[in-house]
Amino acid sequence: MTGHGRFVEDVVWPDTWHVAFLRSPVARGRIVGLDVEAARALDGVRVVLTAAELNPLVRSWWQTAVGPDAPQPPRRLLAAEDVRWVGEPIAMVLATSRYVAEDALELIELDVEEQPPVIADHLDRWKVEGEVGLVHPELGTNVAAQVPSPDRGMPMGNAALDDVLGTAPHVFDETFHQHRYLCVPMEARGILARWDPYRGRMEIVAATQGAHEVRASTARLLGIDETQVHASAEDVGGGFGQKMYMSTEDHCVVAAAYREECAVRWIEDRNENLVAGGHARTEDMRLQVATDETGRILGIKAHHVEDVGAFPTPGVGSNAKLAAAYLPGPYDIGQYFFSGVATYSNTNGKCAYRGPWMMETVAREQMMDIVAVELGIDPLEFRRHNMITSDRLPFTTSSGMVYETVTPRETLDQVAELIDYEGFRAEQAAARADGRLLGIGLAAYIEGSPGFGVLGAEQVSLRIDYDGKVLASTGSGSHGQSVETTVAQVVADSLGVDYEDVRVVQNDTAASPFGSGTGGSRTAAVFGGAARLAGEKLRRKVLRVAAVALEADPEDLELDLGVVRVKGAPAVALPMAQVAAMAYAGHAAFPPDLEPGLEAAHRIKAPTFMFSNAAHAAVVEVDPGTGQVRVLRYAVSEDCGNMINPMVVEGQIAGGVVQGIGGVFYEHFVYDSTGNPLTTTFMDYLLPTAADVPEIVYGHVVTPSTTPGGFKPVGEGGAIVSPPALINAVRDALRPFGARLTAQPLTPAVLLDIIEGNTR
Amino acid sequence: MNEHRIEIVVNGRKRTASVEPRKVLADVLREDCELTGTHLGCEHGVCGACTVLVDGDAVRSCLMFGVQADGAEVTTIEGVAPGGGELSDVQAAFRDCHGLQCGFCTPGFVITVRAFLAENPRPTDAEIRSALSGNLCRCTGYQGIIAAVRQVVRQRTGLPPGAEPPASDIRPPSVPVAP
Repeated sequence: MTGHGRFVEDVVWPDTWHVAFLRSPVARGRIVGLDVEAARALDGVRVVLTAAELNPLVRSWWQTAVGPDAPQPPRRLLAAEDVRWVGEPIAMVLATSRYVAEDALELIELDVEEQPPVIADHLDRWKVEGEVGLVHPELGTNVAAQVPSPDRGMPMGNAALDDVLGTAPHVFDETFHQHRYLCVPMEARGILARWDPYRGRMEIVAATQGAHEVRASTARLLGIDETQVHASAEDVGGGFGQKMYMSTEDHCVVAAAYREECAVRWIEDRNENLVAGGHARTEDMRLQVATDETGRILGIKAHHVEDVGAFPTPGVGSNAKLAAAYLPGPYDIGQYFFSGVATYSNTNGKCAYRGPWMMETVAREQMMDIVAVELGIDPLEFRRHNMITSDRLPFTTSSGMVYETVTPRETLDQVAELIDYEGFRAEQAAARADGRLLGIGLAAYIEGSPGFGVLGAEQVSLRIDYDGKVLASTGSGSHGQSVETTVAQVVADSLGVDYEDVRVVQNDTAASPFGSGTGGSRTAAVFGGAARLAGEKLRRKVLRVAAVALEADPEDLELDLGVVRVKGAPAVALPMAQVAAMAYAGHAAFPPDLEPGLEAAHRIKAPTFMFSNAAHAAVVEVDPGTGQVRVLRYAVSEDCGNMINPMVVEGQIAGGVVQGIGGVFYEHFVYDSTGNPLTTTFMDYLLPTAADVPEIVYGHVVTPSTTPGGFKPVGEGGAIVSPPALINAVRDALRPFGARLTAQPLTPAVLLDIIEGNTR
Repeated sequence: MNEHRIEIVVNGRKRTASVEPRKVLADVLREDCELTGTHLGCEHGVCGACTVLVDGDAVRSCLMFGVQADGAEVTTIEGVAPGGGELSDVQAAFRDCHGLQCGFCTPGFVITVRAFLAENPRPTDAEIRSALSGNLCRCTGYQGIIAAVRQVVRQRTGLPPGAEPPASDIRPPSVPVAP
């Protein structure tokens, strides 16, 4: 805001070599010629590295969240004998500047013998083995993952559901498509690394959502100890999942620094980020839904197909297991079965993107509208009819998720009021009489946040040093979530100090406790909960130390705004600086069981899943002459439990909603049939602007969770549920034309075709 | 490659640099002047993160070569705040209204708003949105940014943002057709 922020690109080290990658121009083929000699000879070039030099450095390559035993694509730093997607790194130039490094790229001679690529196009035309070649020949299959897994003894069907689908009065069957759209952080990826062979130390500054993952991945890759690696982040310019794990290029940079024993920096440009930064979405989901005569859902059968590209991260990139867990959402759906297959293709690999599993909500919430209309029931009433109500809590869903404190019915009712659902139909009818096409769309969901494995044990450490001010260190990695603000607020409240006296340190492996970074909407619930408990621990310690000084019982003392007072005797006051001085230097009078110093830490154990809920509503207008859509009104009602900072909560929701607007109307990463990317600039890959978004209206229902502080997840929901709300609104607007509308983006051309009757 | 000596007044100080003709102004500011507040978000003139004032006009410093700025007066984001930890009214409004989250795009927005409000002190909401539509933000959904501009208008004029034109005058924003 003032120009004094510091992002990875702003970090300047002496004697640092700038990286540019030679990337594959074809989707699949054999490398038959690679001559880098002329590039190596260019003035200002230190070295040009190819697979022969770099790939032998790899010791192991996996992500903490999935563990060492989870399947991975056959990873490599640089393409060796063949290339598997357009953009795959083949060679890496280290030069005195990025300008010179790009000059050197021009001098590399590459000859690739093209082979027909495996390309999926998200419209239910997925190619799997047998039809064409293999993306990864060493695997012998293009199937990356399957749910249920046939070799794990999981039930491969649900006979009771099949019975319901065979006998129910109404059965509906629809397949929904979701195109390829991307995280697109405004700051692209970037990393600086330097290896000092004499100290045996790797220093890294990265644009990352979690510095500890960078440290761990680097150590695994090179076979060195995690304690030899110091990884940190400066300000991080957004991530949305793309910066959760180290990319192939990041791995190349640390490997190059290690091999060359020098400092290396790679600052990605936008073209690289669009073509080669992790991709997202790109999936289909078929839903079969059975209802009784009254419109009560009796069962849902779901089949999910994902295109995970060539080298997805983490693991094999499938989100089917979480989609299976979350699909029932806020409804009692009766019998249930979910199956899924993830397939490799010769395209850029999938990464996490804000609600990576969100196809379950995108498909389910569209299906709710389609079924309601077919049954002649209003979509709002149909949702109410099937929604879990508070009196049924705790509620175990058809997928086994246990909800304890969710309020889906309350948020649905609130959003209907905020958008004036009751009044809209008259407005719509009047508009239609004027030739204007207005539509309203609803969508509801339960936002699940993972608290299992390494994601469920996060720490906040607190230190009060000699001057009485508080340092809070966490394993989070804020990249636009205001964690510095919210953790400080929680610590200030639970400890009893002024907010201004708390500073938060994070995303630095030398200064922060081990943690998995910021992602998965967990930060408020998990780090916030840990901050609260750590604050309470430190408060007790402060009062014990103060009790020695005041010759009082700790029970008779209170701490507020950094001052300890005797209850009922406010004149007796001990400021924190005095307590701190005593804790570190005046400890002679301490009883034997009182440790000097003022430090406390708490590592929280989170529930396996944490849940919040929300309902969104959109009113749109489709221009019948141009097919353009305007979002006229947008309302959100959510329950994320106790809000640490409502402005931050609303900021997270708004960002997610507008990413949904982008995904539904503008953003589409397109490959042609040869696997060649067509949308490689912001002129082709369109993002929503201030002129394309409505003013969002918020409603909050506050039902505390059972975790410390009562906080719930909120970061991803806006991006999960806005797409179906918007699609439903457009479908409603175009109802006179009978649009099915099960694929996006909903561009003016697509909608105009529907309006003009060229397509359904 | 041949280098050219250029002289630019940046944030009121005279700076000289010897630069290749191909070096864009943004890189001259970031590397030669060591003013890293100007961020490069796309390097092809769409995202607006690198917006600076050149002789008072808001320009994309990724689309202008450093040699083209020879003799010009440039204001970067570092030249906006009065100093001493104080913020300009535009910057303070961004803070008050949660107009930034990750902060990467913010320098370009602040410069754009500064130039826009100098030209149009009491814009309508539609004019605000239109003026901001050349800058991309991925975190805020633009809600806090628009609120920040409204706050500055209110503070500077003592009046709410200008009245909207009649509904019939409002055209839907232009939407380019995706392939």
